[in-house]
Amino acid sequence: MVYILEERQKQVSVAGMNERTIDCNKASLAGSVSQRACVFCGSRVVLYPIADALHLIHGPIGCAAYTWDIRGSLSSGPELHRLSFCTDLQERDVIFGGENKLYGSLIELIDKHLPKAAFVYTTCIVGVIGDDVERICRRVEKEKGIPVIPVQAPGFQGSKKDGYRVACESIFKLVGTKNRPVPAKSINILGDFNLAGELWLLLEYYKKMGVHVNATITGDGRVDDICNAHNAALNVVQCSGSMSYLANMMKDDYDIPFVRVSYFGIEDMSDALYDVARFFKDEEMMEKARQLVKEEFARVMPQLTWYKERLQGKKAAIYVGGAFKAISLVKALRLIGVQTVIVGSQTGTTEDYELIKRLCDEETIIVDDSNPVELSHFVKEKRADIFIGGVKERPIAHKIGLGFCDHNHERKEPLAGYEGMINFAKEIYATAMSPVWRFTRE
Amino acid sequence: MTDSKTYVSTRNACKLCAPLGASLVFKGIEGCVPLIHGSQGCATYIRRYMISHYKEPVDIASSNFSEATTVYGGSQNFITGIENIIRQYKPGVIGIASTCLSETIGEDIPGHIRHYMESHEGDAAVLPIFIHTSTPSYRGSHADGFHNTVFATVKALARHEITGEIVTVFPGMITPADIRYLKEILEGFGLSYVLFPDYSDTLDNEYTNEYQLIPTGGTTLSAIKSIGNSKAVIEFGNRFNKGIHRIKDTGTLQTAGEWLESACYVKNNQMPLPVGIEASDRFMNALMQLTGKEMPEKYRKERGRLVDAYVDAHKYVFGKKALLYGEEDLVTALADWLREIGVEPFWIKDADFETLREEAETVKPDFLLGNSKGYYIARERKIPLVRLGFPIHDRFGAARMHQIGYKGTQELFDLVVNALIEYKQENSPVGYKYL
Repeated sequence: MVYILEERQKQVSVAGMNERTIDCNKASLAGSVSQRACVFCGSRVVLYPIADALHLIHGPIGCAAYTWDIRGSLSSGPELHRLSFCTDLQERDVIFGGENKLYGSLIELIDKHLPKAAFVYTTCIVGVIGDDVERICRRVEKEKGIPVIPVQAPGFQGSKKDGYRVACESIFKLVGTKNRPVPAKSINILGDFNLAGELWLLLEYYKKMGVHVNATITGDGRVDDICNAHNAALNVVQCSGSMSYLANMMKDDYDIPFVRVSYFGIEDMSDALYDVARFFKDEEMMEKARQLVKEEFARVMPQLTWYKERLQGKKAAIYVGGAFKAISLVKALRLIGVQTVIVGSQTGTTEDYELIKRLCDEETIIVDDSNPVELSHFVKEKRADIFIGGVKERPIAHKIGLGFCDHNHERKEPLAGYEGMINFAKEIYATAMSPVWRFTRE
Repeated sequence: MTDSKTYVSTRNACKLCAPLGASLVFKGIEGCVPLIHGSQGCATYIRRYMISHYKEPVDIASSNFSEATTVYGGSQNFITGIENIIRQYKPGVIGIASTCLSETIGEDIPGHIRHYMESHEGDAAVLPIFIHTSTPSYRGSHADGFHNTVFATVKALARHEITGEIVTVFPGMITPADIRYLKEILEGFGLSYVLFPDYSDTLDNEYTNEYQLIPTGGTTLSAIKSIGNSKAVIEFGNRFNKGIHRIKDTGTLQTAGEWLESACYVKNNQMPLPVGIEASDRFMNALMQLTGKEMPEKYRKERGRLVDAYVDAHKYVFGKKALLYGEEDLVTALADWLREIGVEPFWIKDADFETLREEAETVKPDFLLGNSKGYYIARERKIPLVRLGFPIHDRFGAARMHQIGYKGTQELFDLVVNALIEYKQENSPVGYKYL
């Protein structure tokens, strides 16, 4: 694979016996055109869905503009998160400091929108010009009587994954600050961001099982619920790349155990329900879960079989943000007859990649922190038919004549849960079977 | 137009950052790969934003600053970045844009380039050309980044040797379809011309069956070099974002056209973006003067049809109020066009969307004219949004929209008229099928 930069060779592997472990958790290589973003991005995507908080970006305008209303994280109530607030630092602020502007912005915005808390994101230049953001936050917190939390996220201080940790630390500052009575069998849902309303499907399932959902972090998130999150009995953690930090901190400080789950694909979805019932050692709950799974299987399996018959033999490439999602996708695709030939992620860990290696068929390419040069070569080499990724991967697929499924922030149809599996199959089918490919293969 | 800034903060910004404008210009140079000297996120966010609008590959490299880079300087990352771009892309040009981070820590990008060139003196033949533009996000917007990069590129490459027959056109931030149309007009007049930047192919390419690492198209290097020998320049825009607040004296800022006039003895014809009949006439007149030729029949007819359409639909639009937003050059041109058809334009200099939303309470516009991001205001007010400009993230075909010249004006006019008719139809209890 001559097109892979030398420094990146160890971040690519092939599934099969005795293959070496993939390198990961590294800073992106300059000039490689990584598909990753930055620390700020990581913190912003995690905190963004908290709908009744003020999210103020202390920095230049770009960071705010590119993350305005960025994810389809739906709220059942307030929608303050969908507004983009920024101190819009100018040249003179960079020279003389932006603290006054930050203070003024916080005061006027809190007065106007009455948020339950405020998150202040610091960006690259703030990390350099040395504004004392912590001090301003403390001052406003005192004056306005709401939590004002600095999110120290200068883009250069690591990778997107470090931004996840920063976000978790910010959330953790809220946890434990309020106490509300909570039923004994209650969980927090960590790491679902309610894209296209996916969280609401999950709430429905857990409700049917008799499980109380205490806080949803952060999909359809509310500050008060997060403050009370320490009173749940269990943390159910999806998107473990972003939320493991929080789950671990809550385990250490509040003794709340956690289970790792995924809601993509019907096997993983069902496990997510069974795991919770198993944790509570509640036979009635387990029975309800079994009943639910049985009903859903009866409903979705005939449809999925229909798709499987038609999609059999298609090959897919997966390149997504978190590797845990990639694992679910491999399984979900298998269920509808699609073989995965490339799996990659921006932020996977060694364990994730080892699991992927065991899960995938031999010869599957596994890659960490890839780029357009590599991905475009991989899909040609492996003769993939479908690409599953985000906006930045779409042109790679389309220019080569591959179908594409957006499994990122911008999806508008829920892809989680049983309903989501049907949508996923439908989308894969639509993109694989479109008559337009006739013209690309001329 | 009013000028109001009541909030300290910016709420739903109506602008993007300067490196985005720079990247757009770099995409209009043949064989060019943009490199953003700063954190990884800058490049990725800009890629995502541009891909969503153009639906095309947009590869932009980053020098990927780390904490150590920020403390000790970015020269090593710069070199690594350059070398990896060369290995992967084999570009003819690398366009380097600075960021707020690299500017604030005082990165000497011209120095980095010089050092790199010096250390590779022997293999000068295979080295790409380096173009550098200063685009900190805290100075101006994406429109500034665009103009500054056009200027920086021309200043770096154009040389005056002998005044030739070439006419150079700096069209500003227009759509790929507009660029193609503009080239067709220039060819229609039989002109030899240089149009820069030309991203009409790179950001609106045909299906290629391969991922072109550097998409075909763009203004060639030799064409940019020859700009110094132009006999005249046509530069669209009437503000060039010179009005923005800067510490540096704005009077010293030059556009590419102004610089060419002062440094290369090239006559500069600055004129508003040709939207509307009057502005398009002005452009056509300039071409007629430069060539001594009549306007080709084709465009005379386009103009005639446009007048005919104005007449047929004048009552649908007369007296309506439009709320405009976007780059200043675009908005001022649109405002003049709207007055031309009897629509009252309303816009606020340097306003963010929340200010516009609040002002709309008093202005009560009949429709909005601008990019996708004002949709929430239109939705709240239950009025139409006619989409144009950048970015259009919620409709298809943004790259193929025409917005300038008689043809572009015709398309815009049809869109506005139909939006108003549709609004009337949708809100009528009768349900007319005949309007």
